[in-house]
Amino acid sequence: MPRIRVEVDGTTYEDDVEPRLLLVHYLRERLGKVGTPVGCDTSNCGACTVLMDGMSVKSCSVLAVQADGRDVTTVEGLGVDGAPHPMQRAFHEEHALQCGYCTPGMIMASLDLLRENPDPSDEEVREGLEGNLCRCTGYQNIVKAVRRAASEMREPAGQEVTP
Amino acid sequence: MIPATFDYVRPASVDDAVRALSDAGEDAKVLAGGQSLMPLLRMRLAIPDALIDLDRIDGLREIRDDGDAIVIGAMATHHQVIRDPLVREHVPLIAETTETVADPAVRHRGTFGGSLAHADPAGDLPAVALALDAVFLVRSVRGEREIPASEFFVDWMTSAMEPDELLVGVRVPKLGAGWGVHYEKFHRTAQAWAIVGVACAVRRNGDGIEDARVALTNMGPAPVRASAVETAVRGGPAAEDAFRTAAAQAAEGTEPPTDLHGSAEYRAHLATVLTARALAAAAG
Amino acid sequence: MTVQEVGSPRRRSEDARLITGRTRWTDNMTPAGTLHVAFLRSPHAHARITGVDTSRAKQSPGVVAVFSGQDFADEQGSLPCAWVVTEDMKHPDHPPMAVTEVRYVGEPVACVVARDKAAAVDALEEIDVDYEPLSAVVDMEAALAEGADLVHEDLGTNKSYTWVFENGDLDAAMRDAPVVIERRYVQQRLIPTAMEPRSVLCVPDGDEFTLYSATQIPHILRLMLATVTGIPEHRIRVVAPDVGGGFGSKLQVYGEEVIALLLARRLGRPVKWSETRSEGNMTVHHGRDQIQRLTLAADRDGRIRGLKVDLLADMGAYLMLVTPGIPLLGAFMYNGIYKMDALSFTCTGVFTTKTPTDAYRGAGRPEATYAIERLMDELANELGMDPIDVRRRNWIRHEEFPYETIAGLTYDSGNYEAATDKALELFEYDKLRAEQADRRERQDPVQLGIGVSTFTEMCGLAPSRVLGSLSYGAGGWEHAAVRVLPSGKVEVITGSSAHGQGHETAWAQITADRLGVPFEDVKVLHGDTAISHKGMDTYGSRSLAVGGVALFSACDKVVDKARKVAAHLLEASEQDLEFTGGRFSVRGVQDEGKTLQEVALAAFAAHDLPDGIEPSLDSDATFDPENFSFPHGTHLCAAEVDTETGMVKIRKYVAVDDVGKVVNPLIVEGQVHGGLAQGIAQALYEEAVYDAEGNLTTTTMADYLIPSAADLPTFTTDRTETPATTNPMGVKGVGEAGTIASTPAVVNAIVDALRPHGVHDVAMPCTPERVWRALRGETEPAAAQPGAAGGLGSAGGDQ
Repeated sequence: MPRIRVEVDGTTYEDDVEPRLLLVHYLRERLGKVGTPVGCDTSNCGACTVLMDGMSVKSCSVLAVQADGRDVTTVEGLGVDGAPHPMQRAFHEEHALQCGYCTPGMIMASLDLLRENPDPSDEEVREGLEGNLCRCTGYQNIVKAVRRAASEMREPAGQEVTP
Repeated sequence: MIPATFDYVRPASVDDAVRALSDAGEDAKVLAGGQSLMPLLRMRLAIPDALIDLDRIDGLREIRDDGDAIVIGAMATHHQVIRDPLVREHVPLIAETTETVADPAVRHRGTFGGSLAHADPAGDLPAVALALDAVFLVRSVRGEREIPASEFFVDWMTSAMEPDELLVGVRVPKLGAGWGVHYEKFHRTAQAWAIVGVACAVRRNGDGIEDARVALTNMGPAPVRASAVETAVRGGPAAEDAFRTAAAQAAEGTEPPTDLHGSAEYRAHLATVLTARALAAAAG
Repeated sequence: MTVQEVGSPRRRSEDARLITGRTRWTDNMTPAGTLHVAFLRSPHAHARITGVDTSRAKQSPGVVAVFSGQDFADEQGSLPCAWVVTEDMKHPDHPPMAVTEVRYVGEPVACVVARDKAAAVDALEEIDVDYEPLSAVVDMEAALAEGADLVHEDLGTNKSYTWVFENGDLDAAMRDAPVVIERRYVQQRLIPTAMEPRSVLCVPDGDEFTLYSATQIPHILRLMLATVTGIPEHRIRVVAPDVGGGFGSKLQVYGEEVIALLLARRLGRPVKWSETRSEGNMTVHHGRDQIQRLTLAADRDGRIRGLKVDLLADMGAYLMLVTPGIPLLGAFMYNGIYKMDALSFTCTGVFTTKTPTDAYRGAGRPEATYAIERLMDELANELGMDPIDVRRRNWIRHEEFPYETIAGLTYDSGNYEAATDKALELFEYDKLRAEQADRRERQDPVQLGIGVSTFTEMCGLAPSRVLGSLSYGAGGWEHAAVRVLPSGKVEVITGSSAHGQGHETAWAQITADRLGVPFEDVKVLHGDTAISHKGMDTYGSRSLAVGGVALFSACDKVVDKARKVAAHLLEASEQDLEFTGGRFSVRGVQDEGKTLQEVALAAFAAHDLPDGIEPSLDSDATFDPENFSFPHGTHLCAAEVDTETGMVKIRKYVAVDDVGKVVNPLIVEGQVHGGLAQGIAQALYEEAVYDAEGNLTTTTMADYLIPSAADLPTFTTDRTETPATTNPMGVKGVGEAGTIASTPAVVNAIVDALRPHGVHDVAMPCTPERVWRALRGETEPAAAQPGAAGGLGSAGGDQ
């Protein structure tokens, strides 16, 4: 059984894993990080989206062995000292979730989107989230939340640039 | 669901990889980005004895200038390809098309070579490779060989590679000056596969079309080159009417499938409409 | 100073755990010693089981036990159907695991219990089942033909029931009618697709069991589990922890829930089962699947005379919890918001070898609304009238409420004029009509269509007496309890069972206002039969209109009792006390008073209570509505149709809804958005497709197309507010409105765009190919047979 060493949400784990173990099952069943849910088996729904080395991946389509030596961030790793991340706060403020099952993946995909494009238009948000399905919200408030978070997250940088 | 058990090999070099592939025999699968293979494994539609994971062969991710062509490493991710300056400059059709592949998370893992080796006729990149006369660079313990795109896609999810062969890269001739490109993808939802796609590159000369390449996605068990269309537009005017007339031949000689999202008859019709649009967009 | 909570866009309390991943989904719980279950499912639509050999599977590593249906034949009972719609309804046995025969692809045949999920799944492949294939019965109309193959041999027919409702003289209405419109519409089969797949965990404790399930109906499930298995009701506790959406699909008693309970009993250990999406697409009950034959008679001036509705409703292979009743919920809605002289409704329930159908968001009402709203557009076209005008000609005017409809319901309130006027203004109707005319004139390949849907629905399910008259197996009331703790903090217990709706927030808002306590001081408890011992759960847009009203009166009971205690403490008479901002004071003497918290403490200490008053301020209340509630609204859709490819793009969508008084506008708007997405998806994208052999070909999300953010437009939503008069809060319900209204609005827009081409219908979902074929004059698209490409083989995106 291969041995892997993975950093997840700031903690380093070393485990022997079966090669067939999916990253999402490793997170959920071995590490108890159940904040990342599974919504499909064809990588369509995006509920299991996490960041691996800073980039979004669907953790149902990555083997745990492939995360060896990588840095994984899940929704549980966001925020500082119990204060929510601006993206989490924006989802709350804009009522961008109802049942909440898609939310962890949606938040992680949204963070990835802003990494690439800090000031997306509605259209760009919609296209950037095409790999994440939500059945409750009709997406409208998700789009608003991402743009709200974008604006909040841009602000500190803006202050640096403007003397 | 959960994949069946398999032996896992993570070679550090291409040499190791082809040796592992040779040793593992016919029931081995190569894992590139895994974005098509993982779902198949999970649903146990693929049950390989061994999985040879190319993830850690860094050399395979390289995209380099090769004179009159560029060479895209098989493991270059879609994400990487879209942003690569060489690709954007010399084969922008690949960048434009890759942007339509799946979604951002899938594009982070999914690879250029994996998409092509998968040889799914509904995939977008095979038609592009065909239109651009790409050459597939293939390795095995028996040595190296090159397979032109026109011979690479054999049948539904079947390439000309032998089971012990590994796709290491794709050489794509640079288009040069004067070319306009477009990929016209027609699908029902953003996530859905192309019902039909048209990969198109045209070279304008003033008001006329000097040269054209057109290839079709999902119009048969393998991507097809719309040669009749190419011939018809070549030397003609860069005008919508001319494109429409030429595009009327787009479905000639194709064997489009009938599936949940469209019948063969409808696809044949779409091919003509979309080809006219692709030509017009490429001719800009 | 207390803020007015009801009506304010309070951000939701439940979000805190959902945005941080601290959610309690059933699949997140794995108590020590948990065993994992996997089900072997039928690959055949119809077959006799001639043998099941589990011996090899039992030897598979990590396997604890393997059972076939036969192994549970004596204890698994039959899954319940709580709605026997006619006395002669054919109601087949429905074992949770098939014993002798399978009747749809995906039906459970055997199960493996193992130490981990992988081991359980691995062992499934070691089970050998011998099947003797029988004929699949896929087409409803063919199923009713003489000599058709039977789904249930012993029933002697594929017909489950025929149910009839008639009012008015239809013959007179039809006789010599100047305008008669006949149509056949198909409500395609849909897969509800809640984002959280089903999951069940059963934890035994001696002869008692706690069953956690991703269910909408913990209370009903508990009673039904007891009934099916014979385990006494008080030995079963059902918990619906955080539940990730339902849309009707979790309003069910599933075989897997029964088997989990029986396995926990047999093995004495916790057992857990969670479905995969492709497993769920085959086995979660489906929705819709009706064929509607409609005849509308009208006068030349557009006045409707009568409507005849003849339905075939696909039950699937078995009758589940409310399967046969779903199409009948629509019976009373075919007249929509319109006046007419006669209505005749006949529905025949048909068995096929497909996944059973049951409630899906709207449940019967979307089908009815679709039919009447499509017909209104057809009528307008026939008469050369504007579709808005023909509706105005027929709808109930606001001064006519309360109004008894031809379907025998009394609509208590409504203002269709106000909602429509507002919608037309937001939509810029005239401007879009002008653009439409221009595009027609120019023969633009992209045509513009405008679709109208002026809908109503009945929700707030339901008056128990009405349910009784419809032979439904239970009542339609709801329960709420309020516990005022000694510190003055408040716990609310509700029989409603939220799974995304936001009850924890809305219920706290209601309570805060009624009791005059801060929002933060209220905790809402739900979804656990040990905490909330009675309830009728959440479906049919009933939570607020029934459960919320129960809470409203439970709060009033607290205040009533507190008033007695406060009067005693203040040495004043009850009549002299006023209660504002959570404080009792003697009228005119503001500085002397007692807060509710002070009264609660006094009631807890009980040192000085008036005679006959029991300690504590706790209360409970049950509300049984006297009538349904009738939200309504006007939805307008502008769609661009590419006549060369058949592609439809929604250009603009305006929804003005009247859901009565609003507790939380943020939540209401969110419900409308989500409802619209699902209704639009029915119009454009979704369909569960079976092949001729009865195989479901849309088992994955790669084939069953759920729209993403990139596929949907930005909606313009607004409201009018006409309070319901049948409950003290004036609320109506909003959960299903968007889904009910939007499907016909979209299809009307598509057809409107194509009218100049002679098109009068496009079957749903309006795929590009169907639109293209309609343009070529083909009314019924050639049946697409699923082939290899784009199917499972290419699931999941390129590499």
